[in-house]
Amino acid sequence: MSRDNILHKVRTALGRSVGQPPPPLPPPRIVVPTISIDAKIASFCQRLDALAGKTHVASSAADACDYVRRIVDGREAVASNALLLHECGVTALPSVRSGITDREELRALCATAAVGITSADYCLADTGTLVMISSREEARLISLLPPIHVAVVSRDRMLSGLDELLSAVPLPADQSSSMVLITGPSRTADIEQILVRGVHGPGEIHVVIV
Amino acid sequence: MSAAFDQKIHETVSNPALQLAIYTATGRLADKRKSAVADDYLPEYQELRDQASDVKKHTIDNLDYYLEQFERNVDAHGGKVVYCKDGSEVADFILGLAKEKKAQLIVKSKSMTTEEIDFNERLEHHGLESVETDLGEYIIQLAHERPYHIVAPALHMTRYDVARVFTEKLGVANEIVIEKQAGIARIRLREKFLAADIGVSGANFLVADSGAVVLVENEGNARLTTSAPRIHVAVAGIEKLIPRAQDLATFLKLLGRSATGQSLTVYTSFLSGPRRSTEIDGPDEFYVVLIDNGRTKLLADREKRESLHCIRCGACLNICPVYRKIGGHSFPWVYSGPIGAIITPQFMGALHEPALPFASSLCGACAEVCPVKIDIPKILLSLRAEVKKTPPRGIPERLERLAYRIWAWVMRHPRIYEMVAMAAASLAPDSKNGYIRAVPAFLNFGPIRGWLSQRDLPAPAPKSFRQIWRARSKP
Repeated sequence: MSRDNILHKVRTALGRSVGQPPPPLPPPRIVVPTISIDAKIASFCQRLDALAGKTHVASSAADACDYVRRIVDGREAVASNALLLHECGVTALPSVRSGITDREELRALCATAAVGITSADYCLADTGTLVMISSREEARLISLLPPIHVAVVSRDRMLSGLDELLSAVPLPADQSSSMVLITGPSRTADIEQILVRGVHGPGEIHVVIV
Repeated sequence: MSAAFDQKIHETVSNPALQLAIYTATGRLADKRKSAVADDYLPEYQELRDQASDVKKHTIDNLDYYLEQFERNVDAHGGKVVYCKDGSEVADFILGLAKEKKAQLIVKSKSMTTEEIDFNERLEHHGLESVETDLGEYIIQLAHERPYHIVAPALHMTRYDVARVFTEKLGVANEIVIEKQAGIARIRLREKFLAADIGVSGANFLVADSGAVVLVENEGNARLTTSAPRIHVAVAGIEKLIPRAQDLATFLKLLGRSATGQSLTVYTSFLSGPRRSTEIDGPDEFYVVLIDNGRTKLLADREKRESLHCIRCGACLNICPVYRKIGGHSFPWVYSGPIGAIITPQFMGALHEPALPFASSLCGACAEVCPVKIDIPKILLSLRAEVKKTPPRGIPERLERLAYRIWAWVMRHPRIYEMVAMAAASLAPDSKNGYIRAVPAFLNFGPIRGWLSQRDLPAPAPKSFRQIWRARSKP
């Protein structure tokens, strides 16, 4: 069998024996800076704006809902089952479908919807990144198939960056099969290095911070 | 030098449009990298490189341990690890899986490892459709070409080339607007994503403590490949392991910046196992195919083992004066540039293309930009020695060897060296402005002629260093 054969070759090449523990590993390099929440939000917005993402710091849940309503603009939209969307009233907007738990149904809806609406587990301030952990509340395809992605995020989910995320979630696999970091709209520069947005994923991304 | 290598190089350097394309694209990528790692933006850059290099060395030096840990964690999350020794075993596994699941259509995201084993060709030979979905890879698959660059596979093609390929292969009207070309690909590939039975990805990292596959990309095609079909198969070399999810704090910061100057790529997916029972979507089955394909052979070489630390960012290609001149397709295998020059001979044998390790000025720029600090010039020298260890073949090679023996002997005997140098200086042809433009006809042959066809020779100094030294040392 190739497994045993390959492992045997690896051990022979390295001069190691079966089950031999490795010497101590250098500790991970995790540096979490202390930054105020307002500074984090400002940095997040600046970073995402630079990538042609849109941000809106909402004054209230109603304001957040109103922003989403204007983006959806009566078009077909799919919302995730995140509690925050329900609390803000986003799921009650006309033309927004939500509460879907069946994979095939969700996939069919996402394939035709103009807008996908989600929350996010975390935001990373220093890169303008959304962190999406797949769960019963958040599906993978809502932030992926529709050409526009709107995320409504609670301000207490704002982290300084990757290091803080990986210290808060040191083992993402224990929670979910999928953790995705989204940093701006989908893009490509594969032809003549010319930037084109929205090649496979959403070409437009909005983040509403509540 | 093989005739094919020689010919490809000549084709590339004598094509002005291609020269411009390579120069512009690599220059732009190199500039972006340079500003992204500059002190103002990333003061900890050198610390991150040290950390990445240490962690990668530790992992590769104890690879069996991390492979087994990875495998246990993939199992624990409901996935399966499959080891394959080469491309034909990978094809057998995929064909078996496709047959069992009655799968016809495979969507693929970008992976250099699958390029290495001619993945698509093998499966298409057995009647399966395997479609590349990264825009650049899609274009070159339609054009039946190899990737030109590790990160930018269609770097050598213009919008007009793309228009021609799309018209010929997709039957669409001539379209030269790049946004619209991307739109055509989006529509075509969206159908494929939604119809595909199996999604095949590569892996930028395999995380041992999580049993996870990490993918970085900008388009979203890797997310679609790994989330839309019922089955996800990741194909990766055994060297892709890193020990901990927390190590991503180091590697992700380096990879995006070194490759394209991005602090993070648009999408980073951290995937472990099939969808959990509570999750709404995601694949039902999750496989990780770990391939050897020559890597264990490389691992046995202590001196050159660090070649396996590479994270495929492509920074060494963009900075390399040789790659920027001869381009990606001159290289004899799928890996091009400095990294290609060190791994190709180790995978394929030093004599596969004996000239390859010599196609370098040893300027060291590659080692300077490498995010994991691989000493590429040192490995090139070691490969040169390997090539030269084989007995000389043919008269030119014998003569070259003889010439170097004489040279070495002269260099070891200072008196004789001085005599030879003086004789050469007195016989030197006329110089102009300090340079010799031509040599007498009887010397104008072979390597001398080749050398002088591109350069002038500095004229000998009126007095040698030794003469000046002696004059000064006189009391």
